[in-house]
Amino acid sequence: MTAVMRPQASACPACSAAPAAEALAQAVEPTEAHIVLSLPTIHCAACMATVERALEGAPGVRTARVNLTMKRVSIDADPEQTAADMIPLVEAAGYEAHELDATALNATQTDRSGRELLMRLAVAGFAMMNVMLLSVAVWSGAEGQTRDMFHWISAIIAVPAVAFSAKPFFVNAWTALKAQRLNMDVPISLAIALALVTSLWETTLSGEHAYFDAAITLTFFLLTGRYLDHRTRSVARSAAEELAALEVPRAFRLTRDGEEEQVSVSDLVVGDLIRVRPGGRMPVDGEIAEGTSELDRSLLTGETLPVYAEPGLQVSAGEVNLTGPLTIRATAVGRDTSLHRMADLVAVAESGRSRYTSLADKAAKLYAPGVHILSALAFVGWLIYSGDLRVALNIAAAVLIITCPCALGLAVPAVTTAASGRLFKRGLLIKDATAIERMAQIDTVVFDKTGTLTAGTPELTNLGDFTRCDLEIALGLAEGSAHPLSISLTTAARAAGIKPATLTDIQEIPGHGTQAIWKGQEVRLGRASWTNGGQATQTAAWLRVGSGEAQAFLFTDRLRDGAEEAVKALQDDGMKVILLSGDTTHAVEELAERLNIQHWMAEALPQDKAGRIADMTADGAHVLMVGDGLNDTAALTAAHASISPASALDAARVASDIVLLGKSLEPIPEAVRTARKSTRRIRENFTIATWYNIIAVPLAIAGLCSPLIAALAMSSSSITVSLNALRLR
Amino acid sequence: MNVLAYLIPISLILGGAGLAFFVFTLRANQYDDPEGNSQRILSGEYDDHPKPD
Repeated sequence: MTAVMRPQASACPACSAAPAAEALAQAVEPTEAHIVLSLPTIHCAACMATVERALEGAPGVRTARVNLTMKRVSIDADPEQTAADMIPLVEAAGYEAHELDATALNATQTDRSGRELLMRLAVAGFAMMNVMLLSVAVWSGAEGQTRDMFHWISAIIAVPAVAFSAKPFFVNAWTALKAQRLNMDVPISLAIALALVTSLWETTLSGEHAYFDAAITLTFFLLTGRYLDHRTRSVARSAAEELAALEVPRAFRLTRDGEEEQVSVSDLVVGDLIRVRPGGRMPVDGEIAEGTSELDRSLLTGETLPVYAEPGLQVSAGEVNLTGPLTIRATAVGRDTSLHRMADLVAVAESGRSRYTSLADKAAKLYAPGVHILSALAFVGWLIYSGDLRVALNIAAAVLIITCPCALGLAVPAVTTAASGRLFKRGLLIKDATAIERMAQIDTVVFDKTGTLTAGTPELTNLGDFTRCDLEIALGLAEGSAHPLSISLTTAARAAGIKPATLTDIQEIPGHGTQAIWKGQEVRLGRASWTNGGQATQTAAWLRVGSGEAQAFLFTDRLRDGAEEAVKALQDDGMKVILLSGDTTHAVEELAERLNIQHWMAEALPQDKAGRIADMTADGAHVLMVGDGLNDTAALTAAHASISPASALDAARVASDIVLLGKSLEPIPEAVRTARKSTRRIRENFTIATWYNIIAVPLAIAGLCSPLIAALAMSSSSITVSLNALRLR
Repeated sequence: MNVLAYLIPISLILGGAGLAFFVFTLRANQYDDPEGNSQRILSGEYDDHPKPD
């Protein structure tokens, strides 16, 4: 919480004077401020140097260090500096920057377990190399006392190394056995333990075959798989934490004497008066107490037309205030808000989602019992045939080692690591471990409209219908406002080379529009009802000059970058593309025609979207849902796989498997292709591993498998599998 | 064969030294930003001395 409580120097002077914050600041007496910023767009050596130089050149900054792997910069600065002071510095250097709540990023914990795994891997690697060297001497024909000595030295290295390195497997196997289940770790632990025990026994008897090298190599390869798996997960987890940390929930509460104080959203109670500035999002459900404005509800309902807001209107958390400052009285906070009520819908969808079993789990289910039965049969068979316990035990150990899922343990992690690395480079963050496999199965893609296929920013369509004179007036009026339609109008008019007309008394009436005096006449740009405009079927701003008739500037939602390409590529790949939106029929139909989408549905309620997807799933389709709004969360959960853009609401991002980090939709078809390719690689890897087993297991059962053959089979299968996975990159 | 009495300890010590060095790099946070380090080496900025942490 320290990051939140830190006195704000620039954002809100009143807050730093707030007694609570001051008392806290004095109590802690920080000697330096640690600020973490997310830099989604950095990618090269020059970027790092530019950002670091820009920050270190600023007064108050002690050190700045960019982490390119995490795409973050951590800054140590004087205690009075805040993230709000740092962001403009980075933006001036040309990079996007967002504040990260440093406390929400508990990266240290995952980091520690990753480091522990790496340490075990290093010890196993060291022991493996030494034991292998000694084993080579034995394989090349060392005999008698020399062989015994080599075996003993191997034992001295391998036993403690295995005890340390293979601990995670032993612990997992023990927990599974205690719960009376079988998992992959049970045969692994059994194989390692049995190999060590029989080898020690053989060594005391000056036997010929010892499997110390096999036991430690096995540990090494399996740990490699474990480590890869851990890294993929932790990168995804830390990036997901980062997205959550981006939304620092703060609100401005009005105190009794009418002053604003900045508080955490969780501290708000029913009845509080909250000030929401233009551009701000409603933190809670409430009723407007003061002010007029317009509200953008697109994230909740998918509607693009802004709604007029006046005192008495009910607002829901998540709506965006567009023009004037509003004061709202909270009627529901925290868990009771409509935002959270949507979570119930998600829970329903979740229970309906068929539980997906990953390929690795399917393989393990067949594999674990099979291995035990095979090795037990070999043991019993040889015991009956030869009557020698030592021989039988040796052969059982050899069977376990040969069948040990070295390649299986690597087959999936190596492929997922390669695939998610490749997708991350293209701006896709895989949040769920099985998401890639599920993505590979999809045959239908459902898009949401507002905020997903469209960028959520309006674009002027009928500039040519106006006279130059009208455009000049409109530009003069629009420049005085921060309303999204005005901004879009300004950009379009400027691009057409229009100069603003000279206007006097420019005044923005929140919730209505802008008015001014032009050559003695009143001119207005704003809502239809305020300018005596007519009805429009799409988003419009009306211009009225004097007492003349109002004319409409029509807007459509600008397409998101790459939307056309993504839809076309998906259709070319033979997928059925569907558009489901909560917006009006006219707007949806127009967009569907523009993108050449045959199947669409407008005015869909959140439950309609989820219901449609459930129906399609029941008909045997595998649906990929791409959406960003709160109204999409249930649908995202109900779908077989789901993607949401980084601009989506937190709830939608949580519900989806994959987050699109960039602004463009173009990587989606690529993601589907990569997912298909990687699933094919996983299957190939399973086939390779199976073939090695088919060849080596009969040898082991027949008692012909020497430690040399075991080492060769194990290493070559593991290496082939890893190389095959790397072909994805 | 007596040479083994020297060679085996030497190989173990060398291997152990490698392991100890790896542990040192791990503790010195050298695996926190592999991508950044691979790019940083291309910039001429820290040719004279490494960037202080």
